[in-house]
Amino acid sequence: MAILKVENLSKNFGKVKAVQEVSFEATEGKVLSLLGPSGCGKTTTLRCIAGFENPDRGEICLDDRKITHISPERRGIGMVFQNYALWPHMTVYGNLAFGLQIRKVSKDEITKKIKKVLGMVQLEGYENRYPRQMSGGQQQRIAMARALVFEPEIMLLDEPLSNLDAKLREEMRFQFTELQKSLGITAVYVTHDQAEALVISDKIVILNQGKIVQSDSPKEIYSNPKNKFVAGFIAVTSFISGSINSFAEEKKKVIVKTDDGLVIHGFNNSFDIGQKVSVAMRMNVIKFIQDENKSDKNTVNIFKGKIIQSSYLGDIIDYKIKVGNWEVRTNSDAKYNFKVGEEVTFYLSPEDIIVTREE
Amino acid sequence: MHKSRFRKAVEIIIFSVFIFFLFAPLLSLGIWSVALRWYWPNTLPQKIGFDYWLQALGITKSLTLGAVNVIPAFLLSLGIAIIVVIVTMAIAIPAGYSLAKLKIPALLKGIILILFLLPRAFPQQPVFINLMFMFNKIGLTGTVFGVILVHVVVGLVFAVWITASTFSSIPPELEEAARSVGASRLKAFLKVTLPISTPGLIASAVFVFLTSMDEFTGTFFIGIPFVTTLPMTLYSASGSNIQFASVIAILLLIPSILFMIVIQKFLKAEHLGGIGG
Repeated sequence: MAILKVENLSKNFGKVKAVQEVSFEATEGKVLSLLGPSGCGKTTTLRCIAGFENPDRGEICLDDRKITHISPERRGIGMVFQNYALWPHMTVYGNLAFGLQIRKVSKDEITKKIKKVLGMVQLEGYENRYPRQMSGGQQQRIAMARALVFEPEIMLLDEPLSNLDAKLREEMRFQFTELQKSLGITAVYVTHDQAEALVISDKIVILNQGKIVQSDSPKEIYSNPKNKFVAGFIAVTSFISGSINSFAEEKKKVIVKTDDGLVIHGFNNSFDIGQKVSVAMRMNVIKFIQDENKSDKNTVNIFKGKIIQSSYLGDIIDYKIKVGNWEVRTNSDAKYNFKVGEEVTFYLSPEDIIVTREE
Repeated sequence: MHKSRFRKAVEIIIFSVFIFFLFAPLLSLGIWSVALRWYWPNTLPQKIGFDYWLQALGITKSLTLGAVNVIPAFLLSLGIAIIVVIVTMAIAIPAGYSLAKLKIPALLKGIILILFLLPRAFPQQPVFINLMFMFNKIGLTGTVFGVILVHVVVGLVFAVWITASTFSSIPPELEEAARSVGASRLKAFLKVTLPISTPGLIASAVFVFLTSMDEFTGTFFIGIPFVTTLPMTLYSASGSNIQFASVIAILLLIPSILFMIVIQKFLKAEHLGGIGG
């Protein structure tokens, strides 16, 4: 088990700056996720750690050992690939034994270790199967087992679940977390799926265009995204731009005014009066008010809008509402059955409104 | 019912035509090789026998039939072909691997591949006549070594292209996975990439082998008069004695057919899928 330190890592491909000055530390026994859209540099960062890419600048350390420029086979890092990369001409046994044979482990010991690791991924008795004889989920677990069987200090995973169907993917998240916690292995996990990152990570590093945007715990990232990009990546679907107008009585509560005169109360990280900000709303924050007389206690954050689009999704309806010059989206209970063009009134709880940086 | 019978009839006709075009020339060769007397206007030989076969295979040594001894030529061709396959593949595997897997700029890669193709891109006679002049100066004409060199050059065209596309059809992650569990670059190649690319490499070797067995122009200019491979013998026999020529032609077919049977096993569509990619 080990601590992985990445310092000022930079890598260019020709003129493309794939990774720029990326630094982070993966703590012992924890999962660190590199999260970002495709082309953000997360996979390149991972490949630098694995030794498949040579960084232009920066340092990678495993505990106190500098591994920046040593060859991949001497790093002792287990890796799980997106397409599993199982060797098609070898059985499960052959795939798992390869790393151990190189380490000159005795045959009895190899058989024992393989049995143990197959138990961990719940595929006992699969030794003689070929990869093509197994389902995607099973292949994925064998790939995981192959990365673990030689007991590496640290494990890298490159979008390991992205080729599985949605249901299996959710199941595998829990299996992975369970396995990782029971082994106490340090893991660096690359993904573009924010839900996956939130579930499995102890720490999330969000990358955009090769740079770190935010590096925090999942909870902090979700409730306090540093800017519009992070918010947009973590399930925020509607943004309204404005500037800080004043501070409300409660601490950390701010009032944002837009150019078209909307006044929105929300929560923030500290801003100055007049600063340009983005008001970020998730799908579930809009609460419709049907009988206006009943809405007694809420005096702020009540807006009138017009339904411009509605998609029926069974138990919920996805509405697009025009408010002033802005469009916001919401998932509403199917009991509200509004028609397109209908005028609606809704309330936004200030606690659910994230005020964040524009850039 | 009616329709399926009609369909069946069409199928049989197409199949028959196919068989005819495939086997008629072979049949003609077969008949000629056993024809002892065959004059116009007879449809079939008036007298048949295996005299030419026995003579060609060196079993009889009749003076009237002439001295065409095929066995040494066959063995020479076979020997040359085997050496050519070994030498060519020894060059083509590392060359193909480098072209497929190393970070070579696209332009340079294109130039290298075109260079390998160049010997085939021009008419063969002028190329080999020039080669003959060059080989003459360094004493390589008329030697088996010179002929092997020519065959290797010809074989490399196929071999490098096929091996390069075979290797590039193998996902790089397979080798990277081997590196990550502790295999050196060489070990990852030997244990992962090489076994997976075996079908493509065998296909490539078979092409090289058959090209060498069949190669005429280069052998003619570089090898004569001392290196008489089977195609050389066939050429000299075809001018004077069509029976011997037929025997040799059939003998030349044997390795091709044997190899085709062997590679049937490897040349499945699933394996070929990656080749040419």
